[in-house]
Amino acid sequence: MSGLAMPKPDDATMRRRDEIVADMRIIVPGEGVVDAANSMRAFESDGLTAYRQLPLVVVLPQTVAQVSRVLKYCNERNIRVVPRGSGTSLSGGALPLEDAVLLVMSRFNRILAIDFPNRTVVAQPGVTNLGITTAVEQEGFYYAPDPSSQIACSIGGNVAENSGGVHCLKYGLTANNVLGIEMVLMSGEVVRLGGSHLDAEGYDLLGVMTGSEGLLGVVTEVTVRILKKPETARALLIGFPTSEQGGQCVADIIGAGIIPGGMEMMDRPAIHAAEDFVHAGYPLDVEALLIVELDGPGVEVDHLIGLVEAIAYKNGSTTCRISQSEQERLSFWAGRKAAFPAVGRISPDYYCMDGTIPRKELPRVLAGMRELSEKYGLGVANVFHAGDGNLHPLILYDANVPGELDKAESFGADILRLCVKVGGVLTGEHGVGVEKRDLMPEMFTQVDLDQQMRVKCAFDPNHLLNPGKVFPQLRRCAELGRMHISGGKLPFPDIPRF
Amino acid sequence: MTTFTPTTSEEVLSTVAWAVAEESPLEILGHGSKRGIGRPLQTEHTLDLSRLSGVTLYEPAELVLSAKSGTSLADIEKLLAENGQQLAFEPMDYGPLLGGEPGKGTIGGVLAANLSGPRRLKAGAARDHILGINVVSGRGEAFKSGGRVVKNVTGYDMSKLMANSWGTLAVLTDVTFKVLPAAETEVTLAIRGLLDDAAAAAMAMALGSSAEVSSAAHLPERIAARVAGGSLGNDAATLLRVEGFGPSVAYRIAALKTLLGKAGPLEEIAGEASRLIWRDVRDCRPFADNSEKPVWRVSMTPGEGHQMVLTLRMQAAVSAFYDWQGGLVWLRMEEGDPEAALLRGLLRKHGGGHATLVRAAPSHRAALPVFEPQPPALAALSERLKQEFDPKNILNPGRMA
Repeated sequence: MSGLAMPKPDDATMRRRDEIVADMRIIVPGEGVVDAANSMRAFESDGLTAYRQLPLVVVLPQTVAQVSRVLKYCNERNIRVVPRGSGTSLSGGALPLEDAVLLVMSRFNRILAIDFPNRTVVAQPGVTNLGITTAVEQEGFYYAPDPSSQIACSIGGNVAENSGGVHCLKYGLTANNVLGIEMVLMSGEVVRLGGSHLDAEGYDLLGVMTGSEGLLGVVTEVTVRILKKPETARALLIGFPTSEQGGQCVADIIGAGIIPGGMEMMDRPAIHAAEDFVHAGYPLDVEALLIVELDGPGVEVDHLIGLVEAIAYKNGSTTCRISQSEQERLSFWAGRKAAFPAVGRISPDYYCMDGTIPRKELPRVLAGMRELSEKYGLGVANVFHAGDGNLHPLILYDANVPGELDKAESFGADILRLCVKVGGVLTGEHGVGVEKRDLMPEMFTQVDLDQQMRVKCAFDPNHLLNPGKVFPQLRRCAELGRMHISGGKLPFPDIPRF
Repeated sequence: MTTFTPTTSEEVLSTVAWAVAEESPLEILGHGSKRGIGRPLQTEHTLDLSRLSGVTLYEPAELVLSAKSGTSLADIEKLLAENGQQLAFEPMDYGPLLGGEPGKGTIGGVLAANLSGPRRLKAGAARDHILGINVVSGRGEAFKSGGRVVKNVTGYDMSKLMANSWGTLAVLTDVTFKVLPAAETEVTLAIRGLLDDAAAAAMAMALGSSAEVSSAAHLPERIAARVAGGSLGNDAATLLRVEGFGPSVAYRIAALKTLLGKAGPLEEIAGEASRLIWRDVRDCRPFADNSEKPVWRVSMTPGEGHQMVLTLRMQAAVSAFYDWQGGLVWLRMEEGDPEAALLRGLLRKHGGGHATLVRAAPSHRAALPVFEPQPPALAALSERLKQEFDPKNILNPGRMA
């Protein structure tokens, strides 16, 4: 594993493996415990496939009581646990540990309740993101966050990662669309946060659980808000001679008070790769291609299309096509949606990054990336959630060439450092996981990180749940709890006092 | 008894560090517009943030605004309005309800109380718009979380943890919020004369349509007269707000009229008249009577709100009105007794949620849990979290107890 240090396996746990497996079979009878290396192979990695590790044992519980008993058992015996949904994490959030139980939630796959008058769905965590929409679409409803893995990714995993998607500019992230969860703490205690009402009665624990990457608790039930589908959607496909013009167009659209349902940008390498692959009819003589999708009542969409078209021309667009049919709208998206596999065709491997930047810094960051590309001798193609500044640079490399993966990872790390430098962040939607763990000090001081770890201490004081993820260095909770008091000096003598 | 009024975050840090060393609790204050909410504090010292003020970054095209925590909300809203933007979550003003003047409150208080308004249904609350924070914890340490970009999953979302923490975890020094374009046009469709159950059904129908209703409130008979200077008259009014670009608003209002034509007599209210109504619904003006009669703010499953009130009426004299499609119930207890146990018991039977005693005499606030009590495991978790931020109980001690 290219230089990534994971927590040292606990000898006592490794020695007791047979006993632990036998106890797991008592807690989760039937087919729910997998311990043969061959069968565990399917779980050795998630969407970040560069890293692989067989777990101690795979456990697939079916009831909340089983989850509670597994966690309580592990907590009492100091055994680590890695929770997993569908395993689509792009940051290694579900990467197993050699000495940890891999707790797979895929058998929690039922929709428990649908309430149209109150517009909520209660689902078990293993239900897929798209599965929620499928359950309610006959009545014209849908679940808004749409990560690109939505066919496969689970709603429990969406909570863990605070997943976004193309539509989150207008409709929000997972955190804005989840109303409540039931979760099990490492102690085995079952806690409910929120419900079908709005906001928390005390501290916003649901807010901090969302995006906590499986380090705080295991989600066993999710209540989400559903929305009525917009009447219609149309898109514009706009080409620009420079990325600066594309970026300014995005700023002007927002400046005009328009929040599109989706607003995506691609750079020249990504445009060419996508066009070669799906023949979407993308212009090949532009440096930046913008897809702007407007959704809502037909009259609103028509009105806004006119406004966006004018803004595009004002910013020097060289091509601007407006979808005249649903088929044409989908063809605009076909290239963007196939961008990752398209890049996969022109390079043996690619490494997908996920920084977010203030939008106005786009030209500077793209220029920086071109320099880095020359420095490392690796190509890069960019797709960009333009509305919210979330960049997905795809670094092209060949894993069979010795040293290229390391080079790609260094290139990626430099891109993320650049994102932080211009006022952005390390990850917009893929999570820190193991991938960006060691870059956290680029963004946070030790004091910042210590306070985050203290949150972890309140939920899981023994650091047993998904250790080795998110935080570059684990510190014991007892040590973190110590106070360093500098003595009772009076504060700034010149502060006004009354 | 000292009041500290720092003007920089460094001064906040040194003040809190001093209080930690002295083990001397602080009351954390902005403008004090929500001081009457929560268990009354009896701290020796006060940390007044009202002079830690000023917008530090505003980039309209990036939809982002940063300000020091003591910056006046009214000033921020004015600045945003000048640029055609707004805080989409429409933070309410507790001033009138609590007997204070309107227009007070700081941006830090907006987050600490997780304020929102009628647009909560569609646009969320302060928690949904906060992007980043700088704070000083009760350990006397300055730390930050989040950033200035909308999409960010780097580390735990500590910013959301500050929402609804009422100054008990950390002292906010800087906040960064997402801002959004203000709607070009707003029109309210009022259905007149409905009883509570018919109103609940009409609101569910409207919200279940593709008309993108941004707010839905029901003001029962007589309550309706207490908003917007009485312009609605006495009859019950079920209010549906539609916002956006002109042609779209006209189309969606027409669609709602078709959908709800049989529900009752319909009225269209546009522009300033509509804005005034929603401001008064937002600020609970119907109960802003300069009295100490207990007022509850209850968040619950929308369809259950009116049913709970119906049961409650059999045992207590209450006035009630509804926002958030019925999921936000404002209650005034007419006989002066908060009836906390009765109300919270009924709430549990009606799908759960939380009831906050936002207005009551100090004696009631000292004797009753102002915030909804939590089940034991959750209460213990919240207490452990408080310990991790404020182990010596320096910040607003007991306010949320």
